[in-house]
Amino acid sequence: MNGAFAISQSDKRPMYLQIMEQIKQRIAVGDWSEGQSIPSIRQLAVDLQVSVITVKRAYLELEREGIIVTQQGKGSHVASTSGLGARLREQELEQHLVQATRIAAMLGLRPRELEHRLREAGDRVAEKETI
Amino acid sequence: MTDLAIELSGVGKTYPFFSLDNIDLKVPEGQIMGLIGPNGAGKSTTIRILMGLVHQDRGEVRVLGHHMPAEQVAAKWDIGFASEDMRLYESMTLGWHMSFIQSIYSSWDAAYAQLLLKRFGLRAEQKIKGLSHGQRVKATLLLVFARRPKLLILDEPTTGLDPVARHEILRELTNVMADEGRSILFSSHNTQDVEQISDQITFIDRGRIIDSMDKETYLDRWRRVRLEVPFGIDLPALPGIIGIRRDGRLAVATANEFVPGLANAYESAGARIQCIESMTLEEIFVANVEHSREEVEA
Repeated sequence: MNGAFAISQSDKRPMYLQIMEQIKQRIAVGDWSEGQSIPSIRQLAVDLQVSVITVKRAYLELEREGIIVTQQGKGSHVASTSGLGARLREQELEQHLVQATRIAAMLGLRPRELEHRLREAGDRVAEKETI
Repeated sequence: MTDLAIELSGVGKTYPFFSLDNIDLKVPEGQIMGLIGPNGAGKSTTIRILMGLVHQDRGEVRVLGHHMPAEQVAAKWDIGFASEDMRLYESMTLGWHMSFIQSIYSSWDAAYAQLLLKRFGLRAEQKIKGLSHGQRVKATLLLVFARRPKLLILDEPTTGLDPVARHEILRELTNVMADEGRSILFSSHNTQDVEQISDQITFIDRGRIIDSMDKETYLDRWRRVRLEVPFGIDLPALPGIIGIRRDGRLAVATANEFVPGLANAYESAGARIQCIESMTLEEIFVANVEHSREEVEA
């Protein structure tokens, strides 16, 4: 079942990006494991009620990123790269770090100050988790 | 090569106050084509020509391999057609209509018809004259869907429906796509519907086709570029940009053939790129119609 997929119309990103994102999340959390077969393009399109071409685009881009593999006539499966879920989480972290660095630069923060802020944020998260 | 469910080439029709010119349209089998355009653009005329209800003055029309209008009788067995002006028998029940269609079309799927009745919240024993507008639309679509035709041609299937009913219709349309041999062409003013379920988009305005291509390519070509432009700097005119609005230091450029080089060109002219946004089909619709009209008037 693909019930938890939700394509949002208020999300500004194109639908194919949203689909990619949600497939990556499934892999990152381990619901879709390495080598596991995933719905066909047409099946996912029917389930999500979006056009076949949109899902096809999402699958093509995911294949280009090495996250899934599509074989003609055999359908698609998650790539058998070990540690794929961890790699996707790693990528997500990287994106957030780049974003944080950009905003810090706009605010005129020096790297040292950013480091300090990161440590503070870490402390706050740790505090919440012990409560 | 993929088989074409619909192929129009060089089709035209002239009326005293309106003409449809040089319509070229291809719908590959297994795909959904969304037809969009303002009121009076020629969407319904195009659909009537496809159905053989209006005869073109020029050009060739093939639907499921049949030449139209000459072979319309043969073609219609496999086409499910629904439009606003279709009339049901007011004093008869929906159930009567269902048996009537079933007696004509051997492809009628009685179990699916029952399922649709339930999904659409309709009752077979209801008389047509007691139905609301939305219920009539759903009843008409039920009669068409339950035949499981190879090709669905729907003129404004979601107009005047509440959000739940609209959703039900969209769901049935995408369910049709589970079968690769079936195709759909539908027209709509609701760009959100078209954006969601179409594989192909055709844009009609003033009797001619402005664009016709696969949806992903189409959406990908359009971008809004937000710029910060220092005083004293003029933005260059760039190919692929159909309009720029500028207010003080901020400017918004709309691209209908976006390539990353456009952003670089603005940057080397001295502007700073704030962001590059993709556009919804609704925004593209408005920008495109305004732009094509400016071109016609220029």
